Amino acid sequence: MSDSAVDPAEVRHVADLARVDLDEAELERFAEQFGEILDAFETLEEVPEVEREADLVNVMRPDERKESLDQEQALQNAEDEEGFFKGPKVS
Amino acid sequence: MSYNAFITRETIEGEEDGPLAGKTVAVKDNISTEGVRTTCGSAMLEEYVPPYDAAVVERLLEAGATIPGKTNMDEFGMGTTTETSAFGPTDNPAAEGRVPGGSSGGSAAAVAAGEADLALGTDTGGSVRCPAAFTGTVGIKPTYGLVSRYGLIAYANSLEQIGPIAPSVEEAAELLEVIAGLDDRDSTTRDAHEEVGERSPDGVREYAFADAADGDVDGLEIGIPTELLEGADERVVETFWDAIDELEARGASYHEVAMESLSHAVEAYYVIAMSEASSNLARFDGVRYGPTPEYEGNWNEEFAAVREEGFGEEVKRRILLGTYALSAGYHDKYYKQAQDARAWVKQDFDSALSEADVLASPTMPVPPMERGESLDDPLTMYLADANTTPVNLANLPAISVPAGETSDGLPVGLQLIGPAFGEREIIRAGSALA
Repeated sequence: MSDSAVDPAEVRHVADLARVDLDEAELERFAEQFGEILDAFETLEEVPEVEREADLVNVMRPDERKESLDQEQALQNAEDEEGFFKGPKVS
Repeated sequence: MSYNAFITRETIEGEEDGPLAGKTVAVKDNISTEGVRTTCGSAMLEEYVPPYDAAVVERLLEAGATIPGKTNMDEFGMGTTTETSAFGPTDNPAAEGRVPGGSSGGSAAAVAAGEADLALGTDTGGSVRCPAAFTGTVGIKPTYGLVSRYGLIAYANSLEQIGPIAPSVEEAAELLEVIAGLDDRDSTTRDAHEEVGERSPDGVREYAFADAADGDVDGLEIGIPTELLEGADERVVETFWDAIDELEARGASYHEVAMESLSHAVEAYYVIAMSEASSNLARFDGVRYGPTPEYEGNWNEEFAAVREEGFGEEVKRRILLGTYALSAGYHDKYYKQAQDARAWVKQDFDSALSEADVLASPTMPVPPMERGESLDDPLTMYLADANTTPVNLANLPAISVPAGETSDGLPVGLQLIGPAFGEREIIRAGSALA
């Protein structure tokens, strides 16, 4: 097994990509656990190349207008402003 | 005593008549119920009320079932013990002080404690079969595509199916019959009558799952993958062989089979499941639902803060590992290899099932753990899913039935795996034991 130790800066980078804040304690804990877990994932190197089955088919339906949630239903779980979703600043 | 099996107790009445009239069916809290809070065991959805019913809920209500509430679960289905719920852990009615298994632990506990006649769970890597095994109940993971996932709050779409938990194989089969079937809102569903059913007198093919629960295993050939016994707890292995002896006494025979791919399945499962989770859970950004606190900052910063607050540690761990496995430079190393392993597992199952009617193994390699015992060691927890995850990778059906108890009184489950749409075979074989 290779040495895939993960340092906290790397975990911080992935957490930024995934848009999840972590506190310092979580960061330390995850760095420690990720090395061990990724080591286990590396055993997948031993898997031979396998011919994948190619008999998958797309299932399509006609592109028709159907009933959907109305505005009130769509907004019922959200903070809204005059019938719109209210989100944070974009920049 | 309370097992904390339910997150929300609210009665939803179904039609007056139907095959489930007079029965209560508890529903896992990641399956949408119109007007009734559906939390996924997460603070992120603590106040979420779906505006529509899942397809399986529509079918339950049409069949006359009464839903007594929404059951506790590992947050977003991520766990093997039902201890990662934001609403507290569930206890095991069949072994108090121990975990009920996960992630559908609330559903299994509700059935085991008699708080519901039947229940629905979801099985992404064993989440119906594991809690069934740990609570002495029966759980079925259907063939991928047999049951609609419309209205299921997804975690890993290519792996998960909704399945029944019940006190007996026949009752589980009855519930499966109600929820199975084509749904035009889930394009992965299949009308499997041709594969599954038998002809009724009027020429129409029916699933007839419950009819298959006749206990007749005379002439049944069972394959036992040796990889799934390796490393299992001795007490579990002993109980497993006792159950195989019982099937043999009733006319079945068995042979051992080597399936090399299975020793890589659990790692492949976690890479794929975490990758899908990292993508699926991107929708929880606090805008359309979820907590809407006032944070200072731009969209990205607020998004990250909402997710820190709303998600528990196991969910964050999987989102991060999934993001890692899919990120530039690592995709080929982890995700592509995992897909190769998945194809290999499928081939191995096809080959093993060409020489056996069903495959058998212990459902879980260990008896139910004590509560709190395994939370700090995620890798050990993930490896406990070694026997159930291969089935999800191969999209096959499997059932967990009680195999008996260890000498110290802990429930052990026997898993029977069938070919695609071979629900009747595993139901028939399982019904010889429960």
